[in-house]
Amino acid sequence: MALSPPTVAAAHPAAGRIPLLGLLHEWVVTVDHKRLGLMYIGSGLLFFVVAGLEATILRLQLAVPGNALVPPQTFNQLMTLHGTTMVFFVGMPILLGFANYLVPLMIGARDMAFPRLNAFSFWMSLFGGLLLYSSLLAAEGLYGGSAAPDVGWFAYAPLTSRAFSRGNSTDYWNLALLVSGIGSIGTAINLIATTLCLRCRGMTLAKMPLYVWINFVVASLILVAISPLTAAQIMLLLDRFLGAHFFDTQAGGSAVLWQHFFWIFGHPEVYVLMLPGFAFASEIIPVFSRKVIFGYPVMVAATVSIAFIGLSVWAHHMFVVGMAPAANSFFAISTMLVAVPTGIKIFNWIATMWGGKIRFATPMLFCTAFLFQFLCAGLTGIMLACAPFDWQLSDSYFVVAHFHYVLVGSLLFTIFGAIYYWFPKATGRLLDETLGRWHFWLLVIGFNLTFLPQHFAGLAGMPRRIYTYEAGRGFEIWNQISSTGVIFQAAAIGCFLVNVARALFRGPPAGDDPWDGWTLEWSTTSPPPAYNFETPPEVRSRRPLWDQKHPGDPDWRYE
Amino acid sequence: MRAARVLAGSHFVVSAAAAARDAAPALPVFDPVSAPADAIVGLATLVLAITAGIFVVVVVVLVTSIVRFRRRPGDDGSEPPQVYGSDQIELAWTVLPILVVFVLSLVTARTIYAVQGAAEPPGALEVTVVGHQWWWEIRYPALGITTANELHVPVSEGAEPTATFLDLESADVAHSFWVPRLAGKTDLLPNRRNRMWIAPREPGLYVGQCAEFCGTQHAHMLLRVVVHPRADFDRWVAAQREPASVDPTGAAGRRVFETTACINCHSVRGTVATGRFGPDLTHLASRDTIAAGAAAMDRASLRAWIEDPDRVKPGALMPAMKLEPARVDALVDYLMTLR
Repeated sequence: MALSPPTVAAAHPAAGRIPLLGLLHEWVVTVDHKRLGLMYIGSGLLFFVVAGLEATILRLQLAVPGNALVPPQTFNQLMTLHGTTMVFFVGMPILLGFANYLVPLMIGARDMAFPRLNAFSFWMSLFGGLLLYSSLLAAEGLYGGSAAPDVGWFAYAPLTSRAFSRGNSTDYWNLALLVSGIGSIGTAINLIATTLCLRCRGMTLAKMPLYVWINFVVASLILVAISPLTAAQIMLLLDRFLGAHFFDTQAGGSAVLWQHFFWIFGHPEVYVLMLPGFAFASEIIPVFSRKVIFGYPVMVAATVSIAFIGLSVWAHHMFVVGMAPAANSFFAISTMLVAVPTGIKIFNWIATMWGGKIRFATPMLFCTAFLFQFLCAGLTGIMLACAPFDWQLSDSYFVVAHFHYVLVGSLLFTIFGAIYYWFPKATGRLLDETLGRWHFWLLVIGFNLTFLPQHFAGLAGMPRRIYTYEAGRGFEIWNQISSTGVIFQAAAIGCFLVNVARALFRGPPAGDDPWDGWTLEWSTTSPPPAYNFETPPEVRSRRPLWDQKHPGDPDWRYE
Repeated sequence: MRAARVLAGSHFVVSAAAAARDAAPALPVFDPVSAPADAIVGLATLVLAITAGIFVVVVVVLVTSIVRFRRRPGDDGSEPPQVYGSDQIELAWTVLPILVVFVLSLVTARTIYAVQGAAEPPGALEVTVVGHQWWWEIRYPALGITTANELHVPVSEGAEPTATFLDLESADVAHSFWVPRLAGKTDLLPNRRNRMWIAPREPGLYVGQCAEFCGTQHAHMLLRVVVHPRADFDRWVAAQREPASVDPTGAAGRRVFETTACINCHSVRGTVATGRFGPDLTHLASRDTIAAGAAAMDRASLRAWIEDPDRVKPGALMPAMKLEPARVDALVDYLMTLR
């Protein structure tokens, strides 16, 4: 055992003395994985607030039938911006930011394998987001003036062709994704190289924390998934500027081809987003249950099989395009198969809690709600996988409800859990538990109030992406409840922002290991020094700090 | 909010809304009146039963573990026994879901083939539906009828059920045909011909709308399916096959219509108006709504629509013709004669 003693104090020598400009310069030119990780997360949270405000306007517009709060053009732009931002400029940066911050610490490394590539990737991803939003200032649209893209986040052809999308708003959408995609690929390569080459002594692949394992799989999935998206964006660019006809149906192109390209990216992307959520839960649930994760090898195998099966399910987004029965059956069955490894994960988390001594601190509260809400998301996922049932549910509010149970009820909840869990490590200060509980309960109420009724709106026949609906179709009640939930969600996010702002300046010191954790990041100081560990750590099991804290009963005897 | 509650579809009319309300049960997806929708509900019921079972089991176990194994006040701080896993348990909860998936796969595949593979019976009604930004063109090739936004079909019952088979096409972007009580949805894609069928067993009005985002007015691409008893349907067909009315009250308006750009986009059978870009108006006044359900078919709405389509349906592709009020009146008179 050669764990670094948790003593390093002067992490950033004289950091407080540097004038503001110098500090800014230091952050802009940094290649430190921790600073880049924090900037990733910070930019993601900024975009999260923006996209959340967009969603608030959408819900206000839909609160009553026949509302004219925003004109249809604006509604369509807001809905496109909301979806694109949440997936590409909130979800991806926050998750890649966490991976950036945590993977080197968890494997006992000094930094990522390619620090400069890391900085390049972050800035590409940020510039992608800024490019998307500069469409508000620069793009000339169909109706004159500013024009954000209005083709929906999956931009189905041929709505994106020059004939139907004049002006430049679609080009901003296209280039923003192209640019940020390059950033994602860079970070994915970096994570793979880091995981394969920089693990500390003793850390075999089978001794990596689950968080590292899952993010390794996610990085591999990004390489496979983002490439077809990038290719499709280039084809769309060729269509729009050089007169190619890939998706130009008026010249014999194919509308369905775009859908295949997009979902070959889009469905693995769902797992790129959701697997890191599993990774957070797989670290937080054991620590707060005070038990080792149940079935580690099975959890790894389940992750890898979700990734592989996830590559063969994309056309379940296309059950209504008129595929042959054989194709529909194939994609229905492959989609249902995902339920098997996913179910295994849920069972293993519950088995980890079973027989433990569960501490319901804020991170664990978020992970517990995640288990309930992810269960709902998984079960509605099985309904959607049954292709004939999907013929009714596809493109309805049921789908909107389903994927918000995945991306908000599951992913966002684990992200908040992760923020409460690792914030003390990154800042050296604890977030307030009381505010944390307010944040949690308001979000649970608000989230379910907003998205549970949307299942029923879908079953009532409400398609997604309509800017208004007429009275008397049975949509009103569900939409009213749904919009009411926004108030609670906004209050929850308010609590969170206040909590973070307060803790940054006045939070109580966290110490190195506030949660009594087991992975290597808790063995160094909070915040960790630029070099992470004073001496390179050496591990003998998956829980090096457990071994250190229980020398009489170390893990390596059982693994 | 109340201030913002300006009705965009202020021309949307009580009668149409009331009719729609009668036609819309609480959850239409679970209130099918047609064979494909029946098959879906059959499958959905099984899936719901299975998922409800899973939900109950998992929630009970989860709640039990939360309640039983939460740390009690006065805990001694010792660590609980560490359990690293169990091959038998893992095997059990791998095999059980596989069995469930196996059962669901078979039923799903069978339903897919039953709906998609259904052969077209002789005597079925053939209809071509073409999606446009933002309205539905509905053609009955064998009957020589073209109409818009309202699909009229005979009820499919008795000794000789008459199913309706739809050829789905698009003139511009992707749309999707969805009337939840009749069938699941199928996309209308340019450069591609999709097919679906319905066999409604109860007469009535069934409402639906475009389900694939198709641009600015995706929300106002409403669809009405009117299922008639056989005799009524035959009467409807006969009426629609009549040439356009030559009621003298419309003579002045007809001159306006035929001497402005109206005829570039609209057809009125038997006249010089042969445009194909907009809906066929031969029997416009026989329909319940205009502008794909954005407004009711009456004088006031027609007038508002002709004066400024963008106010009735913002973003609509029909241009405002800037006619003098007298000519608009004449035009409305004429259109009201097209029964």
